[in-house]
Amino acid sequence: MSLFDHKVSDLHELLHKKELKVSDLVDESYKRIAEVDDKVQAFLTLNEEQARQTAKVLDEKLSSGNAEGLLFGMPIGIKDNIVTKGLRTTCASKILENFDPIYDATVVQKLQKAETVTIGKLNMDEFAMGSSNENSHFQKTYNPWNLDRVPGGSSGGSAASVAAGEVLFSLGSDTGGSIRQPAAFCGVVGMKPTYGRVSRFGLVAFASSLDQIGPITRTVEDNAYLLEAISGLDPMDSTSANVDVPNFTKSLTGDVKGLKIAVPKEYLGEGVNESVRQSVLDALKVLEGLGAVWEEVSLPHSKYALATYYLLSSSEASANLARFDGVRYGYRSPNAETLLDLYKNTRAEGFGDEVKRRIMLGTFALSSGYYDAYYKKAQKVRTLIKQDFEKVFEHYDVIIGPTTPTPAFKIGENIDDPMTMYVNDILTIPVNLAGVPGISVPCGFDGGLPLGLQIIGKHFDEACVYRVAHAFEQATDYHTQKPQL
Amino acid sequence: MSRISTEQVKHVANLARLAITEQEAEKFTKQLDAIITFAEQLNELDTDNVKPTYHVLDMKNVLREDIPQLGLPQEEVLKNAPEHQDGQFKVPSILGE
Repeated sequence: MSLFDHKVSDLHELLHKKELKVSDLVDESYKRIAEVDDKVQAFLTLNEEQARQTAKVLDEKLSSGNAEGLLFGMPIGIKDNIVTKGLRTTCASKILENFDPIYDATVVQKLQKAETVTIGKLNMDEFAMGSSNENSHFQKTYNPWNLDRVPGGSSGGSAASVAAGEVLFSLGSDTGGSIRQPAAFCGVVGMKPTYGRVSRFGLVAFASSLDQIGPITRTVEDNAYLLEAISGLDPMDSTSANVDVPNFTKSLTGDVKGLKIAVPKEYLGEGVNESVRQSVLDALKVLEGLGAVWEEVSLPHSKYALATYYLLSSSEASANLARFDGVRYGYRSPNAETLLDLYKNTRAEGFGDEVKRRIMLGTFALSSGYYDAYYKKAQKVRTLIKQDFEKVFEHYDVIIGPTTPTPAFKIGENIDDPMTMYVNDILTIPVNLAGVPGISVPCGFDGGLPLGLQIIGKHFDEACVYRVAHAFEQATDYHTQKPQL
Repeated sequence: MSRISTEQVKHVANLARLAITEQEAEKFTKQLDAIITFAEQLNELDTDNVKPTYHVLDMKNVLREDIPQLGLPQEEVLKNAPEHQDGQFKVPSILGE
């Protein structure tokens, strides 16, 4: 039994009953990391000395009765594209191998206010481009359920570390499925909030109109607590929304009577594994049993989402990644006589192939003569995809489907062909294009590998998404199963 | 018909300030061609009367009060620079000797 088998609210109670100390929680993290991280390889950088120091300070606060807030003392892992002052932040790229941030991301400041303890920084695909963590410059992360399989990506380290019991919970980021897909592959709960719900200040930008930070946890309740802590308007991010942050956990009533669920036929069609399809149909039966009703609907432009996404996200990435030029921070090529060669060689030596591919695709799509045919066309199709969702949400509360078409694939299986790798994200990408919130919750197993149920809500209606996810979770026991490592 | 030629890939790489070898140019041409060919399925859709979506939320002119604040300390800003001198970032000389 691990301490992290408890929910946040239970650990909180144990802390306040003096049956547990913050240092016990931090010990649990580093003990488990020492036991299993040579197999899982979720962490890029550990924050051990600082974390133990923080634990000491928090334990003093606790014993003097000054511990406030539910997340007080909880050990968290942070994806390595979220900047942490004084704690190396690499984006899993050679170009930022020794980058030592001089400020904290807004979400990190909010965690400090909530007094969580940062355990370390988590592996990912380089600059969040990938679906398997195989694009990390430093190491592969392995799926705790089966070490021959990928953990998913790009927040693979964030999902694997939670599944392996190395941290209680973690933060990831999601541009086209990068929280939900690894959460599904690793059997944990991952939420991509509404675009604008969480500040992106200090999240190293990949595709600014799609990126969102979100929580990865073992339970829906913990997820709701963590999202509440990191949400809200931020003057440092003009795309963060000026909307109230509701008390998400209040919506976890277990009541889904009369709830109207839309099931897009495109999400259960061609390319989706039979085991995945069956697990979603079974999940719908569970929700029906709780009083919800579901109907088949159509999101007719779904098949165009993948192409739209790759054009738009790569275009935005090509602009965002222009800042890595070897001048102000990061790697600098030693092989350059002129400034132009310095730029070109630094970037050629500092970026991996997937990042280069996307920078070039984006540069092409934005270049003179092609802008209208590719970039602007994709922006228009994005409107059609967004309208698909709006139409369905006129009549339904949530949309439900699988998170991924298959369970976790084998390491090396898709690495040589970018297009087969991209297809993995076909069910998660439309959600980012529309900017709506989506969660993945465990909904079954196929050959010992976890499967994820995706629940999608209206803009800023995470409360309803959580309500449905929680009702389903409480009616099933998938979330109680743990990988054997 | 291929959508992108090796020459175009080299041109794009130059625009993106990426040095690439002949061999890489060929590999990326094939891969980018496959992706662009796939992306052309968007042409099946008539979008003449569709407005582009630049931003999913209805936000315009987000402003905040202009309050003077201290900037970041110079030594902090230079901390991650590969090379710096006299409080400035250092690069190879741009003008001739």
